[in-house]
Amino acid sequence: MLGSPSSWRRIPERYGLIGSRCETCKTNYFPSRQICPVCRRRGKIVEKAYTGKGKIYSFTKVNVPPAGFEIEAPYMLAIIELDEGPKLTAQVVDCEERDVKIGLPVRMVFRKIQESGREGLIHYGFKFALSK
Amino acid sequence: MIGIVGYGAYVPHYRIKAEEIARTWGEDGWRIIKGLGVQEKSVPDLDEDTATMAVESARNAVVHAGIKGKSIGAVFVGSESHPYAVKPTATIVAEAVGATPHLTAADFEFACKAGTTAIQCCMGMVSSGMVEYGLAIGADTAQGRPGDALEYTASAGAGSFIIGKKNAVAEILGTYSYTTDTPDFWRRPSADFPSHGGRFTGEPAYFKHVVNASKGLMEKMKIGPEDVDYVVFHQPNAKFPRHAAKILGIDSKKLEPGLLTPLIGNTYSGASMLGLAAVLDVAKPGQHVLVTSFGSGAGSDSFLIKIKDEIEEKRSRLVPVMNYVNNKEYLDYALYVKHRKKLKSL
Ligand SMILES: [Zn+2]
Repeated sequence: MLGSPSSWRRIPERYGLIGSRCETCKTNYFPSRQICPVCRRRGKIVEKAYTGKGKIYSFTKVNVPPAGFEIEAPYMLAIIELDEGPKLTAQVVDCEERDVKIGLPVRMVFRKIQESGREGLIHYGFKFALSK
Repeated sequence: MIGIVGYGAYVPHYRIKAEEIARTWGEDGWRIIKGLGVQEKSVPDLDEDTATMAVESARNAVVHAGIKGKSIGAVFVGSESHPYAVKPTATIVAEAVGATPHLTAADFEFACKAGTTAIQCCMGMVSSGMVEYGLAIGADTAQGRPGDALEYTASAGAGSFIIGKKNAVAEILGTYSYTTDTPDFWRRPSADFPSHGGRFTGEPAYFKHVVNASKGLMEKMKIGPEDVDYVVFHQPNAKFPRHAAKILGIDSKKLEPGLLTPLIGNTYSGASMLGLAAVLDVAKPGQHVLVTSFGSGAGSDSFLIKIKDEIEEKRSRLVPVMNYVNNKEYLDYALYVKHRKKLKSL
């Protein structure tokens, strides 16, 4: 995350929720996969842009965050099930613990993920907010 | 014909009341609210900045326009709070709306009017055929020194406009600018907070430029105040635009639909853009809108806009400005300080 080239390569994934899809077995993947674990060599992998709509599959309140995220605590972290199938873990913003419930619809929003100190790069990407 | 093909707004979820700021500093809240006409202001979350707000408003604009990101040939972001001193905000937005790599992009800076200047540049590029669509954005997370009068109004928000020729929701009939070198408000690179000329910011700065740009446009277009249905002025507070309307002989009722400062504060580069978006949300085909921005330093860009029939067809794809304005949660001063990272150690 901190290194510039590795972070840069993941920009399409983090900004645009770009994953992949196996045309052979019609399975959607996020993050993207080079090889379909089901079809192996018979799989045909193509790029897939997700709409950013989904629902809360599971969630938790983070009181003691990992290093670098201290100022944001407490915050809500959730497993999001995208409308197209894949699940991913992301912060849910603009809400309190009382607002979050399993099954509630969410949408992707664009936020700062991490800053490398006062002089380093700012890393942007997707988080989620409750749909209104 | 050059027009607005789509537009989008963004205002953060959090608010602080003017009363709460006044309580912290032991000032008379009621007197301040009455003086500035600002009841509360928007506050960005810890993970929001000018780039994230610009992206949110731009994504709304692309959906509203019904165009592909790849068809945008220019992205210009106007702000005085770009996240980097060196490294453009515009590339972040261009990537996030899927416009990269075949486009030109740049950041603009002219205090609170950089967004409207971006609209003018897009108009030139579209009319010359250089690009099919141009995306002009005004976005800011404004900072006021704790305890300063600016702290009651300096807020956050963004407005995006896609300029093009096809399927416009509103036609831009003309534009006119008025610019002089006036040191009413400034910030040196190493300073965290801006400085301002106090009372000097009114008469020779805001009023001179807003009034002259609006007058100049009306003369150029051969119209009078009675020919416009809505007026949007830059809105550092609620008082200034109302007074400017009075000087110009414009009925202040025409100002109200686009006057958002009482509810969200002064969004700086976002202010006239969000005001225009709020008017477009309610305007009817055939109506005319006069928009005049103001940027300290100083200058004003004025536009005459005519609403087209297409505005009704595209309304279902819109996220109205008032959805953002009304969807809010209040912070106390302590949480506000954390949100704005006003303590050096944060
Ligand atoms: Zn497969």
